[in-house]
Formats: sequence, C-alpha cells, structure tokens
Amino acid sequence: MNRHTPSLRALRVASPTPSPGATPAARRSRFRGVPGKVRPFVLPLLLLALFEWYARRAAALGSDALAPPSAAAKAFVGAAMDGSLWLATGFTLGTAALGLLLGAVLGIALGLVLGLSRRAAQLGSVSIEVLRPVPSVALIPLAMLGFGFGVRMELAIVAFATFWPLLVLVQSAVQQVEPRLLEVSRVLGLSARERAFKIVLPAIVPRLFVALRLGVAVALVVAVTVEIAANPNGMGYAMMIAQQSFDPALMLAWLGWIGIVGFAVNAGMLVLQRAVSRRMGAPS
Amino acid sequence: MNDSRIGLYRFGSLGVLLALVALWWIASNAGWVSRVFLPTPQATFASLLEGLNLSGSGEGSGELLGFTRATVGRMIEGWLLASLFGVLLGAAIGVSPSVRAWIQPTLEFIRPLPASALLPLAISIFGLNPGMVLFVVAFGAMWPVLLATVHGFAAVEPRLAEVARCLQMSRAAYIWKMGLPNAMPDILAGMRLALTIALIVAVVGEMIASQSGLGQAILLAARAFRASDLFAGIVLLGLIGFVSNALLALAEQRLLRWQRP
Repeated sequence: MNRHTPSLRALRVASPTPSPGATPAARRSRFRGVPGKVRPFVLPLLLLALFEWYARRAAALGSDALAPPSAAAKAFVGAAMDGSLWLATGFTLGTAALGLLLGAVLGIALGLVLGLSRRAAQLGSVSIEVLRPVPSVALIPLAMLGFGFGVRMELAIVAFATFWPLLVLVQSAVQQVEPRLLEVSRVLGLSARERAFKIVLPAIVPRLFVALRLGVAVALVVAVTVEIAANPNGMGYAMMIAQQSFDPALMLAWLGWIGIVGFAVNAGMLVLQRAVSRRMGAPS
Repeated sequence: MNDSRIGLYRFGSLGVLLALVALWWIASNAGWVSRVFLPTPQATFASLLEGLNLSGSGEGSGELLGFTRATVGRMIEGWLLASLFGVLLGAAIGVSPSVRAWIQPTLEFIRPLPASALLPLAISIFGLNPGMVLFVVAFGAMWPVLLATVHGFAAVEPRLAEVARCLQMSRAAYIWKMGLPNAMPDILAGMRLALTIALIVAVVGEMIASQSGLGQAILLAARAFRASDLFAGIVLLGLIGFVSNALLALAEQRLLRWQRP
C-alpha cells in the first residue's frame, strides 16, 4: 500500500484502535471498579454537567448567550414535535446523498479511466493537481450566482467536494489491482468495457467502500457548511437562525443533533464497509 | 516507458490544462454560458492583475492583495495553534492507555462534527470578531492532528515501550525519544489535512462573520454580480491551497527521510 497517499493515511488514522483495557496501567487505575462499557460515557456526562452548571450561573448573571443542556433538550423535543427537525434533517441528508451520488459516479468513472490507462493519467495529472486544491467553499458564491438558493447549489458543491477524493482513491485502487487479473482479461480478449465491469470493478469493491465512507463524511460536512454560509435550508440554516434570533437553547439542540446525525451516519458507513470487505475478502 | 516519452506526456499534460482554459475562453466569448456567471479568462486575468496591483495603474486597486494576506495569515495562525495544541493534547492522551480508554470515545464522537457548525456557538459566546474566527479555525483544524497523534502513540511497538521501562526512562523522555518520532508520519499527515481544513474554515468564517478576507470578498463580488472579481478570488484561493499543500508535501518528504533505508 502506498503509505504516502494523504487520504488513505487519513483513513488509517481514523480507524479506531483496539481497546487497551488489559494493559497494566489500566489495571492499576483507581477506577478499576468501573466496567468498560460505562467508561466512554463518563467524560461526556461530566462535560454536560459542567456546562449545565456554567450556563445556569451565566444565566443567573443575566447573560443570554448560552443555555444549559436541559433547556436545549427541551428545545430539541419541541423541534421534534412540530416536525421542523425532521424536515431540515431530511433536506440536509437528501441533498448530501444526491450530491455524493453525482460526485461519486463522476469520480469513479474518471478514476477507472485514469487508473486503467497510464497515458490518460499522465495527460490529466497537471489539470487535476491545479483544480483539486480549490477549496469547495470558494464555490459557494459561484453556485449562488449560477443556481440561486436551494437544492441545486448545495448539490453542485457537495458533488465537487466529493468528486476529488473518490477520483484519487479509485485511481489508486485500480492501479493496485492484481496484474495477473488484467493479464487474464487480455488472454480472454475482453473489450475495455467488459474489462472495467467484469474484472476491475469487482476487484476494487472493498477499497471502493473505504473511499465511499470518506465521501459520506465529506458530503455531510460540506452540506452543513453550505447551509451555514449561504443556503437558507436544512440543519445548518436552522442552527444559524436559532443563533440570530437569540435562542441559544435551540441552537445548542441543533448543534447536538448535527453531531448525533454525523456520528450515526459515519458509524453506519463503518459497519457497511466492514461487512463488504469481509464478504469480498479484505485487501491486504 | 523511456525518458523522452515521459517528458512528452508531461508536456501533453500541460496541453490538456491549456485546452481546458481554451474551452473556457470559447464558452465565455461565444456566449454559450451567460457572462453573468462565467466571465472570460481575460477579464478574470485583468481582475487579478488589478486586484494584486500588478498592472501598475489606477487607484483603489490592490485590495485583493490585502484580502489574500488576511486569509493566509488567519489560515496559518489557526493551523499553527491547531498543530501545537493537537500534538500536546494528543501526546498527553496517547501516552497513557488508561487515559485513552476514558477519553478516546468522546473524541471519536466529536470528530465527525463539521467545524463550521461551531461558528454559531462561537459567535454567541465571543461575538463577531477576528479572534472568534481564529478560535474556530484552530479548533476545527486541531482534530486531525490530535487524533493522528493519539493514534501514533497508541501504535508504538510494545517492545520499544518495554525497552523504555528497562532503561527506566522518565515519561518525558519516553514521549520525546520514542512516542513523538514514532507518531511523526501520522502527525505530519494529520497536519496536512489540518491545513486544508484551516483554509476552508477561515473562508467560511470570513463569509459569516464578515471579517475582511478572500471569503468575504468573493461573497460580496457574487452579490454584486461582479463575476470576474469572483473568479479572481476563486483562482487565488485555489493557488493558496495548491502552494500550501505542495510546501507541506515537500517538508514531509524531508522530515521523514530517516524513515526510508
């Protein structure tokens, strides 16, 4: 595996390390009576309690910039009851998914071409190196001009942001396909299309899902960012509006909800990716 | 493939880029796409020259230079803060397995949270000022460095840790002599990711908190339908991303030279 591809390395960094609960240091710990399953929740609960205390004290002193988590929970239930929560969540997730679909289809297609043909890869390299570092948020004003507000502008930016990582990861995955498989396809006299769909695509499926997991994370972050910066729809905008109308409880409720949605989507993708790679035989 | 053919393809690769620019030129000059959305390359270039004060004429020009300086400064300051605190906190968390067991799940939960989602919270706490944007840039860019450092420390060869115990190394010596060198590749990869995030969050922060910089400049250009100024800003942002990434890749290569035989 190429150790210096930044995105691949980032993925490796992101994978959770096995629990080191059995080390001597852990056994020496003063808290050894606490079972391992409870441990992850101790710190968040402590932080929440601290925040609750601090926000209540600040409110007592007359500040309205913060709200205690209990008020945020109440605001959350309110938003869930009147349906605005589900509407905004649906908009963000739907737009992120559509944008990812568009970016992934284009990225995978171009990645296949560049991975299979060294000539194409070399011809395209300068253009890719020049276009890829453009930060996706720089396109927000351009998309605003071209598409106005709504689904299409957000879709375009999410597609742009997810296109590049998928292109790069698919290209490197194709280049690492077992050369003997490609020889087999040549011996069988397969056409280029048959080679792509019957040999290469099945061979890169596990790596493809690793790339898709990264794509999902990027899509969600970019969608929320676009809504916060410009697009008057979705979760990011709801949070921004709550802040601007001095409703810190609702704003914190949205912040927590965005965190939960992001965590759930990422965890779901991790499960999916592991299931796929187990089924298809993990690479390396 | 021999050398001359590789050179030929590198040349051809530049040709592809030029062809793309030519396509842009034709599309905008022939009016396939309205110039309100797609300015001509020459207009964009003129905006760039004027904004960077390279044309040597006219008053009120050269403002893009100041915006670029502001954005780059914000990005680099935030990135340095993020790297410093990321490595410090990461080393503190990563060096002890028991601390890791308590804190890491929380870190994994916060990691997928978009950094820009903290902007509204930061605005209501700190108000609209440059320090607020810097805080969010640093906070958002810190996560990749922090998690990479924790991971690098967790992946230290167990035998090395045993050697450290046999030598009765102090904890500080262990961090300095074994933990950090071992985590170095991870940390540098994390720092590269952090730089990208720092640029993105700096631009978003400028857009929302109306701090002067390229982010605000391109938003205002779009609202005023000044497409050529908008494109000039996008080109500059792309350039910043390109140059910073290339510099860091170079630094990474030099710093990790000892790893390769």
